[in-house]
Amino acid sequence: MLRDRWKTDTAAPSLHSAGKRAGSLAQPQSRASNGLDQFFSSIKDETSLSILDLAGASQDNITFITSLGHRIYSNDILRTLEEAFGGNGDFVQNQSDPERVAFFLKESLNFPDQSLDGALVWDTLQFLSPSLLQQTVDRLCQILRPASYLLAFFHAEEKAVSAPLYSYRIAGPRSMSLLPRGQERPARYFNNRSLEKLFQNFDSVKFFLTRDHLREVIVRR
Amino acid sequence: MWNKKKEEEYPPKPTATPAAANPIRENPSMSTAAVTTHHTSETRGPAVIGKSVMIKGQIFSREDLTIDGEIDGSVELHEHRLTVGPNGKLQAGVKAREVVVLGTIHGNVDASDKIDIRKDAKLVGDIKTARIVIEDGAFFKGSIDIIRPEAKPAGVPVPKAAAAASAPVPAPAPAPNVASAVAPIAGELKY
Repeated sequence: MLRDRWKTDTAAPSLHSAGKRAGSLAQPQSRASNGLDQFFSSIKDETSLSILDLAGASQDNITFITSLGHRIYSNDILRTLEEAFGGNGDFVQNQSDPERVAFFLKESLNFPDQSLDGALVWDTLQFLSPSLLQQTVDRLCQILRPASYLLAFFHAEEKAVSAPLYSYRIAGPRSMSLLPRGQERPARYFNNRSLEKLFQNFDSVKFFLTRDHLREVIVRR
Repeated sequence: MWNKKKEEEYPPKPTATPAAANPIRENPSMSTAAVTTHHTSETRGPAVIGKSVMIKGQIFSREDLTIDGEIDGSVELHEHRLTVGPNGKLQAGVKAREVVVLGTIHGNVDASDKIDIRKDAKLVGDIKTARIVIEDGAFFKGSIDIIRPEAKPAGVPVPKAAAAASAPVPAPAPAPNVASAVAPIAGELKY
């Protein structure tokens, strides 16, 4: 999937470097987010929580979350995806290799069970192949505490060949800025039914469909 | 009388000239020593571990330190600033007042005042600090704990080190002084 695009783009040997280059030139777009609002409303009366941010470290997200008195765990899961499944062999087929999958889960979600109080996954899940996606979601379910929330985004425009790849920056409790990092083809598109199936081990799933074809999903553990 | 008047106009010179009056002529070695001491403590930049240096062990420093080489162990600079240069690679736990990262750190960082992770820097580990600055393009993986500094009682003078913290981060020292004032270093040193 990702490899096919890179074959035609010699200047972009990896998702990570392509994203960095695109992000350095593009202007951020601001938008409101009901999912973000719901996520932070659920923890507004609490402090010293452990929040996972899988979009990679950014000053905005770190400042916002730590200013609420929480601890933030940062990781760039797309970069880990490239490290785990890039190199020799087919990128998609590598995502079925048990050793590589174990490495990916260890590098990206190596936390004790029920140790996190919330997860900001953004749109990263849609770029994982189906078998890897289910293992990743199961692992997220394990490391989140009961009654905690996970926020994920899925592009809803099924006819699109590729979806915009963003770096998500929190601007406020209900707003964020999206810094474009290029285009990427999701591994698959999700409707409400397939998302409910994906998060079937969680307590509840709530959707917000936005005007810009981004389906915001807030999931309660 | 004539002799007495001359003595009043031109008081007699002492037979032995004090060294301080003409240090270069009378005692060149003392003069050189004094200049050297002044240079060491006041005018030169922070101590530097150069990019061809690799140290395995513990580093304790009582002054600012720039590391552009490789360290495997631990680095402690209480009340001082650590700068990890673009070539610096630390596989080490770090404790300092302020940490500026342009290279790579694998290890936990305790920066009591501030940590500054620059573009293209890489830090894998947990951070405890009062303030953090992370530039776009930096890679960080780990947790961040913001430690709220305790309020200082009124009237307490600001220590020199704390006053220096508000100054902009200086460029690396032009004339490297390889670990000369870093004391003590325990472990292996490889060139």
